Amino acid sequence: MKDSIRALAKDAVDAMRDLLPIVIVIGVFQLFVIRQPVEGLMTLVTGGLLVVAGLAFFIFGLRLALFPIGEGLAHSLASKGSVFWLIAFAFVLGFGTTVAEPALIAVAAEAATVAAEAGVTANTQAAMDSYAYGLRMTVALAVGVALVIGVFRIIAGWSLPMLIIGGYVLVLILTSIAPPEIIGIAYDSGGVTTSTVTVPLVTALGVGLASSLKGRNPMLDGFGLIAFASLTPILFVLVYGIIV
Amino acid sequence: MEFVTNVLGFIAGSALDVLPIAIFLFAFQWLVIGGKMPNGKQIVVGFFFVVVGLGLFLVGLEQTLFPLGRLMAGQLTDPQFLLETAGRVAADLTWEDFYWVYIFAAAIGFSTTMAEPSLIAVSIKANAVSGGAIGVFGLRVAVAIGVGVGVSLGCYRIITGLPLHYFIAGGYLVVIAQTMMAPKLIVPLAYDSGGVTTSTVTVPLVTALGLGLAEAVPGRSALLDGFGLVAFASLFPIIAVLAYGQLAAMRNRRSKTGPDKQDRQREQENAL
Repeated sequence: MKDSIRALAKDAVDAMRDLLPIVIVIGVFQLFVIRQPVEGLMTLVTGGLLVVAGLAFFIFGLRLALFPIGEGLAHSLASKGSVFWLIAFAFVLGFGTTVAEPALIAVAAEAATVAAEAGVTANTQAAMDSYAYGLRMTVALAVGVALVIGVFRIIAGWSLPMLIIGGYVLVLILTSIAPPEIIGIAYDSGGVTTSTVTVPLVTALGVGLASSLKGRNPMLDGFGLIAFASLTPILFVLVYGIIV
Repeated sequence: MEFVTNVLGFIAGSALDVLPIAIFLFAFQWLVIGGKMPNGKQIVVGFFFVVVGLGLFLVGLEQTLFPLGRLMAGQLTDPQFLLETAGRVAADLTWEDFYWVYIFAAAIGFSTTMAEPSLIAVSIKANAVSGGAIGVFGLRVAVAIGVGVGVSLGCYRIITGLPLHYFIAGGYLVVIAQTMMAPKLIVPLAYDSGGVTTSTVTVPLVTALGLGLAEAVPGRSALLDGFGLVAFASLFPIIAVLAYGQLAAMRNRRSKTGPDKQDRQREQENAL
């Protein structure tokens, strides 16, 4: 118990240090560039304290739950030796955590507006909703597929740079034939898929898997899942833009 | 009172985000692997901290950083402000007149990335896996510099209206060249750091900056030009982390003290 409290206190100190750059940037800009009074200083101070406490709690919980559960499941699945369940697990984890991602829902809705204005879909609410829904499903499917490819790569020991660079070459080729309105959205959708809870889980999964398989190096083979999860949504959304 | 319900609302929201994942993980353990979750109690406590932590974090951001950041992005891209600092009329504005935007973009990109929880998570993991060779702090600074440069360059693109894919294609050419030269062990981590940077803290502010800028600059449309900053923020950290690996390898080569990263890499390759 005492050790936990000490660990939590250390996380709180680290959190303050992590947030210091933001405080400095905003302070300097407010004082010297914008020079307009800031209202509600009290709200800012309590809000800042909440951010520090939240970050400390999150990092503390991360070490207790997200890392051990990700690695533990990877170890058990690897020792079970079932490639099918590993792949099924990877797909559901990728698809399930992405489909409900709030950032993705927001981007998909915005993309539908762009598409309607460009005349790709009809400018009605129903058509826009169905476009946004299709886009969301496309991205979620892309992340599911990404984790499947990524996990399969760890098992098979394929070279990561070849796959990722090959993927981006494909992105550039598709960019030249995709409708221009979709390009910015496609490129951004790679970044919005990886949420705060998914990243530690997926990282622990990869590292756990690589360290429980013989002949795999956790540093060389364990990382790379997130890279796939940022690449495939771009590809899938470009294809979606070409087809729809 | 309103404050308490507000905080509780955010915690409930983060519980709704996290619970399905937790249920899936526990169900998978129970149904497929069989038996009880190892360290079940610790993991439940951990999930509790994750949920409460994320909730508090988001409430705090919503109260402080997001409104302030959006306000500042708006003020800096306000035509009035731009004309005042440049001392010219709107039609004569060139890309250099937006220098405060570039500085702000770099500063906000750097500082928000330093506070990004998922990046902290990946750095902790990378530090543990590399046996301390990759510093938690060093990796985060490298990624944050990458995001700062990326967002700043992305603003330049919005202002000049150059096509997005020129920059992205150019950036990936650099990544390919670096991949061939950088120590092999850093490459997967570098590729991952592109996706990690853009989550809770950075995306809302960077998006606000992009949309504000696209609206303020004559001849740009928020819908067509406002997107793409996140792509810059995911590409440049890859370059920065690869450069960090190259620098570390160079330094090790020069001072031959201690096992250097490439020797260790060779050892590991021999072991395979």
